[in-house]
Amino acid sequence: MKKYLKSFLLVLFALGYFVAAQAQDGAANANTDVMRSNGKIYVVMAVVVTIVTGLFLYVYSIDKKISKLENK
Amino acid sequence: MIRKAWWKWVAFLLLFYTSIYGFIVKVPKLDDRLEHSIRNMFFHVPMWFAMMILLFVSVWYAAKYLRTTSPIDDFYSKAFAATGTLYGFLGLSTGAIWANYQWGSPWSGDPKQNGAAIAMLIYLAYFVLRGSMTDEDKRSRIASVYNIFAFFMLFPTLWILPRLTESLHPGGQGSEGNPGINGKDMDANMRSVFYPAVIGWTLLGVWVSTLKIRYELLKAK
Repeated sequence: MKKYLKSFLLVLFALGYFVAAQAQDGAANANTDVMRSNGKIYVVMAVVVTIVTGLFLYVYSIDKKISKLENK
Repeated sequence: MIRKAWWKWVAFLLLFYTSIYGFIVKVPKLDDRLEHSIRNMFFHVPMWFAMMILLFVSVWYAAKYLRTTSPIDDFYSKAFAATGTLYGFLGLSTGAIWANYQWGSPWSGDPKQNGAAIAMLIYLAYFVLRGSMTDEDKRSRIASVYNIFAFFMLFPTLWILPRLTESLHPGGQGSEGNPGINGKDMDANMRSVFYPAVIGWTLLGVWVSTLKIRYELLKAK
């Protein structure tokens, strides 16, 4: 149950972020928005950070499962 | 809770730092073609550094197995070889992406590309060899001997031959010193991201390897 909750929260967070970004679309000036400055390189940064974080969460969860088995 | 967690946090923090600061740090503009793709130094090159370290650990345990014949040493050797090979393939594919935009094609038969591919094939053969034997003692022993051969083949294929001829990679014929270890070749700002990246990726590789080892140990019980 707990793991579903975690993925659900993650998806929710991602969706919220996406919606917030969409909402900003109209309001923000293209030049002042960090995510759109510098040839949108920060978008790539966000992607890489997401991958690294996701990767670590995954490895962390495997580690926890194996630890649980070892303690049995 | 997970076991001995502090260095796992170090791995995460270092890679988190790398993937943020790697995009912000000021990089020198070398020519009009390289531009910001030099930032691949923080992602592509650490794959190979980490691979060398992981494969060294693997051969260390292979040699240890031959002395002790304890199956645990073989688990270690196999797991580190697997993670190291994975890093090698990640290095090859990230290199191909970079090469496509820097050298015009993903594979241009550069001596270092060819050498890396040969080295990877040698390591794939290690797993084929393991899979071809059912007797556990025999498998571990022969795999350990082959592992030592495979590790030492990394030196001609990755470190020596590509540097004797002209190469698109740094360090080919006509350049001086070893671009892998010679710190002066890299801008100080870049070094402040590059070395944390190497340590971070290596620690992540060690983490994944230990997971594989613990899984094997549980299975063997």
